[in-house]
Amino acid sequence: MRPVYIIDGARTPFLKARSGPGPFTPVDLAVQCGRPLLLRQPFAPGDFDQVILGCVNVIADEMNPARVAALRLGMGERMPAFTVQINCGSGMQSIDTAYRYIQDGISDLVLAGGTEALSYAPLVYRRAAVEWFGRMFTAKSVWQRIANFFTLRPSFFSPIIGLERGLTDPVVELNMGQTAEVLAKLFDISRLEADEYAVESHRRLAKAQAEGWLADEVEPAFDRAGKVYTQDDGVRPDSTVDKLAALKPAFERPWGKVTAGNSSQITDGASWLILASEDAVKKHGLKPKAVIVDSQWSALDPSIMGLGPVLSATEILKRQKLALNDVELWELNEAFAAQVLACLAAWQNEKFCREVLGLEGAAGRIDRARLNVDGGAVALGHPVGTSGNRIVLHLVNAMRRLGMRRGIATECIGGGQGGAMLVEMV
Amino acid sequence: MESKIRGVMQDHELELGPDPGPTPALDHWRYAKDEEGIGWLVIDRQGSSANTLSEAVLTELDLVLGLIEKDQPKGLVIRSSKPSGFIAGADVSEFAGAKDAAAVEQRITRAHQVIDRLEALPFVTVAVVHGFCLGGGLEVALACKRRIAIEGASFGFPEVMLGLHPGLGGTARLPRLISPLQAMTMMLTGKSLDARRAKAAGLLDAVTEERHVRNAVRAAVAGELKAARPGMMVSLFDNAFARRLLAARMRAEARKSADPAHYPAPYALIDLWEKAGGDRAAMLAGEIKSFAQLIVSDTAQNLIRVFFLRDRLKKIAGERQDIRRVHVIGAGAMGGDIAAWCAREGISATVSDMKPEPIAGAIARAADLYKKVLKKSIDQRDALDRLIPDLKGEGVGGADIVIEAVPEKLDIKHKVYAAIEPKMKAGAILATNTSSIPLEQLRGGLKKPERLVGLHFFNPVSRMLTVEVVSHDRAEQSALATARSFVGQIDRLPVPVKSAPGFLVNRALTPYMIEAMVMIDEGVAKETIDRAAEKFGMPMGPIELADQVGLDICLDVADMLKKSLAREQPDAPQWLRDKVANKELGRKTGKGFYAWKDGKAQKSGNGAEPTPEMTDRLILPMLDVCVGALREGVVDDADVADGAMIFGTGFAPFRGGPLHYAKARGVDDIVSTLRNFSQKYGKRFTPDPGWDQLTKRA
Repeated sequence: MRPVYIIDGARTPFLKARSGPGPFTPVDLAVQCGRPLLLRQPFAPGDFDQVILGCVNVIADEMNPARVAALRLGMGERMPAFTVQINCGSGMQSIDTAYRYIQDGISDLVLAGGTEALSYAPLVYRRAAVEWFGRMFTAKSVWQRIANFFTLRPSFFSPIIGLERGLTDPVVELNMGQTAEVLAKLFDISRLEADEYAVESHRRLAKAQAEGWLADEVEPAFDRAGKVYTQDDGVRPDSTVDKLAALKPAFERPWGKVTAGNSSQITDGASWLILASEDAVKKHGLKPKAVIVDSQWSALDPSIMGLGPVLSATEILKRQKLALNDVELWELNEAFAAQVLACLAAWQNEKFCREVLGLEGAAGRIDRARLNVDGGAVALGHPVGTSGNRIVLHLVNAMRRLGMRRGIATECIGGGQGGAMLVEMV
Repeated sequence: MESKIRGVMQDHELELGPDPGPTPALDHWRYAKDEEGIGWLVIDRQGSSANTLSEAVLTELDLVLGLIEKDQPKGLVIRSSKPSGFIAGADVSEFAGAKDAAAVEQRITRAHQVIDRLEALPFVTVAVVHGFCLGGGLEVALACKRRIAIEGASFGFPEVMLGLHPGLGGTARLPRLISPLQAMTMMLTGKSLDARRAKAAGLLDAVTEERHVRNAVRAAVAGELKAARPGMMVSLFDNAFARRLLAARMRAEARKSADPAHYPAPYALIDLWEKAGGDRAAMLAGEIKSFAQLIVSDTAQNLIRVFFLRDRLKKIAGERQDIRRVHVIGAGAMGGDIAAWCAREGISATVSDMKPEPIAGAIARAADLYKKVLKKSIDQRDALDRLIPDLKGEGVGGADIVIEAVPEKLDIKHKVYAAIEPKMKAGAILATNTSSIPLEQLRGGLKKPERLVGLHFFNPVSRMLTVEVVSHDRAEQSALATARSFVGQIDRLPVPVKSAPGFLVNRALTPYMIEAMVMIDEGVAKETIDRAAEKFGMPMGPIELADQVGLDICLDVADMLKKSLAREQPDAPQWLRDKVANKELGRKTGKGFYAWKDGKAQKSGNGAEPTPEMTDRLILPMLDVCVGALREGVVDDADVADGAMIFGTGFAPFRGGPLHYAKARGVDDIVSTLRNFSQKYGKRFTPDPGWDQLTKRA
């Protein structure tokens, strides 16, 4: 099977969604980090075979954002491009799809990314309101229109927050935070442990920023008003357990353990990776950083979607005949602190490992020093369609910095899935 | 976006009716009737990339109209087969040198007859317009019964820019078709309307895409196109009283930007309309007379000369080299704006700086500029996409041109060159925006000094047309050619100059401004000084100009010139240095000589009337410097110098340029005045030795 190399990548700073739409649309974000990435390659933007972009909240002005981004990046009218969506896994799905295309010999050079601008998530009219509009448009006479007008109800004016609906599973009717509460119970994760994990995530990210460890990864973004964004802005370096303890539960009051402080943030951001075949490496004189060894998607009960990483990563370990601690570095997306901790606990739980994962015994303990070493989505934010891409990008950069060779990037996926990717440095 | 596939099918894109085959009698027009009986009259002026109505073209039109009258088509379509547009106007070169108003009247009368003949055709005539439709071209369209535009077409009467007004019936026909107020505004300002706005005004009956022209023409000929209603505004002004009121308002408005002593055309038009606006025949007859009078005047002849100077400078750009990538080093006021302008013109521009904040500022300024000059938000977005922040300088390697716009310090520039030269691709040129450091010094240390050139932009890049393209004695011809071509590609005017202090424009403006400061020391009010220059026809007096440019910059240039030029120059006054030290820099800090509010200088009404001598003291040194620059070979010829001064400083265009004015006024008169001044005011007025040569050189 043809090896698939990771050549280079870049992302925007992750910007916390505040009030109203942020300065960049999903494609704007993709263009902001795509431009400098393409500029520094020894080949032309038109030399790619295709573009694949993960994006969940596509906005109406940017249908098929992959193609709009490809055109705006000057990749030429002949560049095929499509958008993928598997909820939180979208940014990794783009990499995986590119990986399979290259492996199969269909493509040689692919740009695979993820983008999300949750601050643009729409306000949605209630169904009854939409039907009212429909009747107005199709009314055949002035009288019909007037008659219809009077069926207007005040409740039509209170829109539904799209994001709220988007983050609620339609099958089990739990929102994402609630699934973390379920896991906290199943695996005995305490409020304090979750808060401590969250504080550590902020501390690690703040350190990485201060040390300049993200300089090779984050490309500054420039808006039209003269503001430049150079760093992920959700980080709270002064976070403490005491401060977090004061927060009320966000999803299940009054006794829940999951708060805004120990959950991932609502954020805008984009990320790209360049993947290449051996032929492309030779043709353009490229210097690969890593190779994708394996990938896996798993599915499970949506009410415990947070365990997705455990299932998918373990499949890879089994297939590659690796033990948990044969993996030197882990990026496990921090949807919720409690969810990450639940995954770690699951791998240490003998019953779970034997009956669910089909292992002989407990898989083991992952050293925290090898997990999310520079912080994660709790501090950085979780732009849904982007995170899967960022964790692979950062895994490669962190392994390079720390001189490590083998790593796994893995994430849970709303709806009850998990994705994982095994990457080795070259 | 480039469209290669559509390009393959390009020949089928313009709908031109049937091909009549070779017609040896006709050079510029062709006519054929299609299978539905509709006649297609297509103009394609021989030997020119744009259609203009020369006497030959109009004579031939007369001939073809005779053929058409006999042929009796169901209807007639008139359009152009040139991709550049419909018709750009009359052939200006035929007006240059006109001296005999009576002869001009005769020629114009004959031209009117041809247009009238077109108007009188007994069947539907429809003008189909793509691209520009200006001046005489618009008058041809107005003589048709219907007008259809293709999206993107533009309509205007730019004659006023040449010191004229429309002369082929436009003054009578336009105010009858659209609101007289709007018609007069178009003719007095010379501003164009795009297709959408022209339709809204009533000038057009339909706006469509090229792919629907056949059907649109059918509809027009079948009488299905609703004629744009003239509207009540037309009838409202059909009385003398209303016209008198409006004429007074128009005169007041015109006076704000055009001194009647310098620019008679707007006032001639207003007079004509006020008197004859209600009587079509009188208007047409009056138009001919008024046009003839104007065209033999100095103003019109000088503005026609300026038109050709602009053309001359444009041609200096030479063959288009299709530059795609530019890298700008330095995102300050100049660098950022140069990059923004390149991106607007379709070139990918990477911008680097030491820190991200200046780049962010450049992008904000660009976003503001694009909002003003690009109507569609998609075009604004695309331009911003092409303006690429590049902190790490990754764009150097792919750039066709690297433009350096870092602070004016030799060691900084040398450091920058040393860092980027190894990364530049083969064939790329390095251009410096320096205004004061000699290129001979800048090139030291370069491995390939032959590819260093100067590209001296003016502030603001979007409004100042000229760019001085500076050569030095080791510059490669191909590098200079690329530089000139680039300037043309970004729609600016290249002025080739040799490396010398101040090049041409700064060198000429400095004595203008310094003399003003000497006069301030003599106790003359700054408003008076500025008025002395404005009376001559300068768009802005020297004091206001100094504030606009920035007192710090003026001081730097003045000091540099005093040090490097042999020419006598008074020291910059200490109070000027104090102003700069106190950060009273002019418009950019809100206060300099004047207080500035909302981008306007706050001038007091008082101040004595300036004397002609004051005017001469300000203007003659500029002429003297131009003569000196010409003598030293800084510019190649007097026309280039005149063009550079008109487009680079706004030097009174109606005077045709500093050197042209000097010759018109009389070299002897100027030299003796200068000698007088040198006795009265100081050695700085000593005439340059080059004056002897002036009448002999081109």
